[in-house]
Amino acid sequence: MKVFFLSESPIDAAVLARDLAHTGAGACVTFEGRVRDRNAGRAVCGLAYQAYAALAEAEGARIVAEAMQQFPIVDVRCIHRVGALEIGDLAVWVGVSAAHRDAAFAACRYLIDEIKQRVPIWKKESYVDGESGWLHPDNSPVQSEVGG
Amino acid sequence: MNYRILYFAALRDAAGCDSEQVAIDTTDARQLYAELRERHGFAFAPAHLRVAVNGEFARWDRVLNDGDEVAFLPPVSGG
Repeated sequence: MKVFFLSESPIDAAVLARDLAHTGAGACVTFEGRVRDRNAGRAVCGLAYQAYAALAEAEGARIVAEAMQQFPIVDVRCIHRVGALEIGDLAVWVGVSAAHRDAAFAACRYLIDEIKQRVPIWKKESYVDGESGWLHPDNSPVQSEVGG
Repeated sequence: MNYRILYFAALRDAAGCDSEQVAIDTTDARQLYAELRERHGFAFAPAHLRVAVNGEFARWDRVLNDGDEVAFLPPVSGG
């Protein structure tokens, strides 16, 4: 089953959360990332996400597989928007169900952190002053390889 | 050698297209990027980019094959 998706349409978190319900799962932790109206001191009026879809879904699936292996969790769903978003829109949603809350919290944190660092998705912010630009965080050297 | 190059984010804007076919006499990803950088005026040095070949992350020293689909990926900013 596909557990990491890109979506061009708004995210329906309620539907995703229902998929996480299992009789053995006593805990469900979800993370919602939403579009903020400011970044680095600038007033933001909207943004657009662009993805390398094939690689993003493959890398997302790898991250989910890692979480399933590292934490005693039951199920995971991750979804990331692509295309144009407005302030307040849901940009990324991560949900984890587990028997107990510790693993669900830890896995959810792992998933969102790894997604932000590794999945080939780029954000272009549009500012109230009329400018816009791609965010390429800190512009420091990135790893040139993963697992050979 | 013929390659299909995919561009994303700032590189897509600089290239003015999301992909292009490139004929070049090299199998070296660094040489390929250097040529494309000169052609399109890309700001990124190779150290700031990752390489993907045929939809999978690859190393900069990967030997390219004729017909490969190659992407040079700027630092990501999802989430």
